[in-house]
Amino acid sequence: MTDYAADSILVLLEATPTGELAKSAAGLLGAASLIGTPVALAVTAPGQAQALAEQAAAAGAERVLTVETDAASTQLTVPIADALAAAAATVAPDAVLISNSMEGRDVAGRFAARTNAALAIDAVGLSRDEEGVVAHHSVYGGAYNVDSAATFGPLVVTVREGAVETRAEAKPVALEALDATPSGKAAATIDSFEAVTATSTRPELKGATKVVSGGRGLGSAENFALVEQLADTLGAAVGASRAAVDAGYIPQTHQVGQTGVSVSPQLYIALGISGAIQHRAGMQTAKTIVAVNKDPDAPIFEVADFGVVGDVFTIVPQLISALAERKK
Amino acid sequence: MKIIVLVKEVPDTYGERKLDLETGLADRAASEAVLDEIGERALEVALSYADANEAEVVVMSMAPERAATTIRKGLAMGAASAVQVADPGLAGADLGLTARTLAAAIRTAGFDLVVTGNLSTDGSGGVLPAMLAELLEVPNLTALSSVEIAADSVSGTRDTDDGTMRLSAKLPAVISITEALPDARFPNFKGIMAAKKKPFETLSAADVGIDPQDLTAAASIMTAIAEKPPRSAGVKITDEGDAGVKIAEFLIENRLA
Ligand SMILES: Cc1cc2nc3c(=O)[nH]c(=O)nc-3n(C[C@H](O)[C@H](O)[C@H](O)COP(=O)(O)OP(=O)(O)OC[C@H]3O[C@@H](n4cnc5c(N)ncnc54)[C@H](O)[C@@H]3O)c2cc1C
Ligand SMILES: Nc1ncnc2c1ncn2[C@@H]1O[C@H](COP(=O)(O)O)[C@@H](O)[C@H]1O
Repeated sequence: MTDYAADSILVLLEATPTGELAKSAAGLLGAASLIGTPVALAVTAPGQAQALAEQAAAAGAERVLTVETDAASTQLTVPIADALAAAAATVAPDAVLISNSMEGRDVAGRFAARTNAALAIDAVGLSRDEEGVVAHHSVYGGAYNVDSAATFGPLVVTVREGAVETRAEAKPVALEALDATPSGKAAATIDSFEAVTATSTRPELKGATKVVSGGRGLGSAENFALVEQLADTLGAAVGASRAAVDAGYIPQTHQVGQTGVSVSPQLYIALGISGAIQHRAGMQTAKTIVAVNKDPDAPIFEVADFGVVGDVFTIVPQLISALAERKK
Repeated sequence: MKIIVLVKEVPDTYGERKLDLETGLADRAASEAVLDEIGERALEVALSYADANEAEVVVMSMAPERAATTIRKGLAMGAASAVQVADPGLAGADLGLTARTLAAAIRTAGFDLVVTGNLSTDGSGGVLPAMLAELLEVPNLTALSSVEIAADSVSGTRDTDDGTMRLSAKLPAVISITEALPDARFPNFKGIMAAKKKPFETLSAADVGIDPQDLTAAASIMTAIAEKPPRSAGVKITDEGDAGVKIAEFLIENRLA
């Protein structure tokens, strides 16, 4: 009945507060291109769909369905879940890919519960076999690789941000406005939103290729600047342990670990971090790990490729100037 | 007001956690079981409201029978009663079945507010609160780093990568909280003794009207599982005044700087 490809993969696009396509979208469209025909859904404020659709096409969307509504900025989750339900009914996709972000998880949860669809969470990759779409997961801090699939119907997948490196080829823009009737389900009201002013030119933690993290060993928010300096010297993202977050050295969005962000960078440098199992769960799949800790028995050394027993306050400044020296 | 707090027994994260390579389920014998820390924080949110206001706090969990001891800790901390949905048919339940079962149990119990953790440390799905809100037909206010409960409404703050959001809703509602909220109180001796006399209801899936074998809903199934070899340690040196230079050399040699 529909004129959508039989192997359509529906991708929910996320936008930044300023209406740009979120970074997660390129990875989602890339993942979709590996398993079928990427069809994107853009839910935007009135007047913003065209621009978002163009960016999505450039990132590989064959077609872009658009829903323009004010509701998404005043009501939590429900308007987006309604639009997604309408898009899925139109496209009849083999899978629905959603970013494993705070908002993405809520939309995925509501959508899967509403449509009785199978839900796969925090996938790090996707593939297709004779039976259909398969989601790949890395669980218990990367100790196990697990695959999952739906018994029938579309698989709804939240994809870990930054985990998929594949990028799809740019496509010509093909935009269609979609009629999404509000479900009328009760939603929370978004009373206000205060955007963080993007001051940092540093790479984002999720999906970063290099990460420099600091822990309680830094001792204070002022001293934590040392972590940021080394990160900037290396062009790395800044991470932290939960103890550093709890102590107020840095906001929670920088927390690496089981209840924070999971990273798999080429390089992870841990400064003044003991390496508790919950921290290691979020970083031990890094390709190369360097650790500096003054306690020779710190568990972080069990996973470090290059461990240094010593004081971060003497070693890190020396490291920064040695690297700066070489750049000259 | 009736507040239902969802708690979960999980393998202690301080130990090595294992999956059974045959069934793909958590190997419960491999590590000690504890009440998930985030669930304790969720309970603290409810209890601190009940300390100062008229409110009945119920802890609820879907878990195998043997988790009862763990759930009882919620009673010792101060919850008035506990509901456990325990059913062999629910072993290995996927998110959809878990959500349908918990929603049915919550509806059976009656509620004004449901409080959950934002992410459990074993599942780490973080989708359950929104699924419950959808099934219970109430608003979801998720990942809150601060919460204000009033007699007929709830509001809170959510910190995202992009900024700070203020959310509110009329009750009934489902909220989930993050670990930015305070640590939970410890059960004291009086609480532990009192817990023994508090109502503890154990329900089967059928008791809440759920058929675990229901084939009309799609399920997510595990199709493969593999264990990865643990990481081994590399070189470890002690700083002799030149370790900063040595790290720089290591990074340059490995083309990481
Ligand atoms: C359910 C649960 C979830 C959790 N989730 C997370 C998570 O997601 N992420 C996370 O990180 N933690 C998490 N934790 C907390 C975790 O258990 C640890 O408490 C935390 O990681 C410790 O942080 P830290 O290494 O910075 O602090 P500490 O363990 O206090 O270690 C500080 C280290 O700094 C070293 N040090 C001190 N001064 C210096 C110096 N001058 N030079 C060099 N080294 C120095 C010390 O030797 C020490 O090893 C979780 C805990 C629980 C129970
Ligand atoms: N089996 C369960 N029983 C009770 N509560 C649960 C269960 N699974 C998840 N929850 C609740 O949902 C929250 C989020 O869990 P999850 O979606 O698994 O990350 C947890 O912190 C609990 O409050």
